[in-house]
Amino acid sequence: MKLPTLIVASVASLLMAGTAMATDIKIGVLNDRSGVYADLSGEGSVLAARMAVEDFDAAAKGINVEIISADHQNKPDIASTIARQWYDQDGVDMIADVPTSSAAFAVADVTRDKNKIFMNSGAGSADLTGAQCSPNTVHWTYDTWALAHGTGTAMVQEGFTKWFFITADYAFGQALEADTSAVVEAAGGEVLGAVRHPFPGADFSSYLLQAQASGAQVIGLANAGGDTVNTIKQAAEFGITQAGQALAGLLIFITDVHALGLETAQGLVLTEAFYWDINDETRAWSERFAAEHGGSMPTMVHAGVYASVLHYLKAVEATGGKETEALMESMKTTPSEDPLFGKGVVRPDGRHIHDMYLFQVKSPAESKGPWDYYSLLASIPAKDAFRPLADGGCELVK
Amino acid sequence: MFELLGIPPQALFGQLLLGLINGSFYALLSLGLAVIFGLLNIINFSHGAQYMMGAFVAWMLMTYAGINYWWALLLVPIIVGTTGVVIERVMIARLYHLDHLYGLLLTFGLALIIQGLFRNQYGVSGLPYSIPGELSGGTNLGFMFLPNYRAWVVVASAIVCFGTWFAIERTRLGAYLRAATENPVLVGAFGINVPRMITLTYGFGVGLAALAGVLAAPIYSVNPNMGADLIIVVFAVVVIGGMGSILGAILTGFGLGIVEGLTRVFYPEASSVVIFVIMALVLLVKPAGLFGRTA
Repeated sequence: MKLPTLIVASVASLLMAGTAMATDIKIGVLNDRSGVYADLSGEGSVLAARMAVEDFDAAAKGINVEIISADHQNKPDIASTIARQWYDQDGVDMIADVPTSSAAFAVADVTRDKNKIFMNSGAGSADLTGAQCSPNTVHWTYDTWALAHGTGTAMVQEGFTKWFFITADYAFGQALEADTSAVVEAAGGEVLGAVRHPFPGADFSSYLLQAQASGAQVIGLANAGGDTVNTIKQAAEFGITQAGQALAGLLIFITDVHALGLETAQGLVLTEAFYWDINDETRAWSERFAAEHGGSMPTMVHAGVYASVLHYLKAVEATGGKETEALMESMKTTPSEDPLFGKGVVRPDGRHIHDMYLFQVKSPAESKGPWDYYSLLASIPAKDAFRPLADGGCELVK
Repeated sequence: MFELLGIPPQALFGQLLLGLINGSFYALLSLGLAVIFGLLNIINFSHGAQYMMGAFVAWMLMTYAGINYWWALLLVPIIVGTTGVVIERVMIARLYHLDHLYGLLLTFGLALIIQGLFRNQYGVSGLPYSIPGELSGGTNLGFMFLPNYRAWVVVASAIVCFGTWFAIERTRLGAYLRAATENPVLVGAFGINVPRMITLTYGFGVGLAALAGVLAAPIYSVNPNMGADLIIVVFAVVVIGGMGSILGAILTGFGLGIVEGLTRVFYPEASSVVIFVIMALVLLVKPAGLFGRTA
């Protein structure tokens, strides 16, 4: 072989190797960008996904990542339409976030149909990795089982055994009510009743009065976001807490506490997967996040989007492609590690497990500054924080 | 203890009272809509956004200027009403000769823009606005704990509703307004400045929405979506009462608040649709609404 031919041949093979190695990935962040969950997910989740791509240094590893986003308005039909369009026409490989369980189920179905990947952070229903699990879904941040066991167990141990629920009337609220009821009853407590309100709601005084009339010691709030904020505010107004009944916010995000103000929110016990002020790494990341997010600290949903996108990109690097089965296999066999959740693992049913935390909201006097809201009551180790693999009824678990 | 319809009477009284409180908001908002529709023939879809602006302006006055709730009650309707006047002069006035639909589309678009701007600036979680010190606390009525502030809302709303009805139906100014609606050319010929009167009427209607916003600020979280959630219900109230009927708007506002409140006890899942079911039934039986006159 003559020298010029050799050069041409090697350059050509290098080029070909180059094209073979570059992987184009398109990630769609689908969440609520205008409604009650927009602050806890919304644009912050897009920012978190972008930060994951930057921190992973994807471009240097030959992975070109494009992030797009859309508003599902918390409606399952809109969510599945967008998901279908993203997969069919826009070449999206993975959908991230998707709060609102009913919408998340819709996206999980479409994702399974199209054999793509769904990395959920925002939705709560534990059925996503239980009875309705899918080989294409990873559920990262939290679920109703974890919330029920965190807050529910803590409250029952404190002696609050008679419960009444105010429940958002859709998949998430119903799942949270059912899971918490199970915890309460298993611990020897009693559920006196529940009232289910349309989602989203504005006036909760009527439900609060029913809860008061039930004679329960604790009112479990099986709702989220703006609904929870309004319920807690109105409970204070109607003298519910002053009269001796306790409130258990079963899903409270830091943005809700921010909206309520510490004066109203103080003393609430809640379960979260993430808090910005846990260690140096979470503080450093959160401050970067806040700097680009108008000063607002990240919620656990934002943190979950970051960590799940990071884990996904590692799998893309490891498998050198974007073949769904290989990626899912890699994500489930390789333990995860990131600055926000530490070490964790994705189980066969798609559930990511990590430590959860039981927090109490500080009083205005205890808080040292803006966003200094929680004091840590207990860490719940990963192995106890989530539903045991065998109990979920997921078909992927043998 | 005896029971009425399966629940203790105490609980029933409590729920009736709560329904009345929610009805006060429906009445105030649907009153503004009815005034604007009755006198201007404009279906003001930005009413919800203007209600939201009322709450936000109250919050801004408090946060940036330290102006308290009582001054806000007076100032906010004027401030937001003025923006209404500007909108009427600059945009809506150009649509009077067109079909209703154009006014509806314009005001709907405005509502989306206003909500979008506030959402962009303040997010959706809501901002805290506390109940004024004079009205905090509550009274134990035996069957329920009635927060003083809620009692005040009912009283304030009833006074404003009655005042507005009186001004339009029983005073000379109101007579001019009603006459101008019937025949603007003739009324103009008597030397009355009809366009200015119409502009001020729109401003007044918007001011009513803003007042409802101030009243709502301490109860609900002040957030950009608060109006959007409410406006559809309020439109149903206006339709049931009869488009443009002032008395109809007030009475159905209070009445439907009570119906909705009772639904929350007997079948809470249906509480967000009960008003629309009633609307459908009323439209079937009386297409002009309960208090409406067929043209």
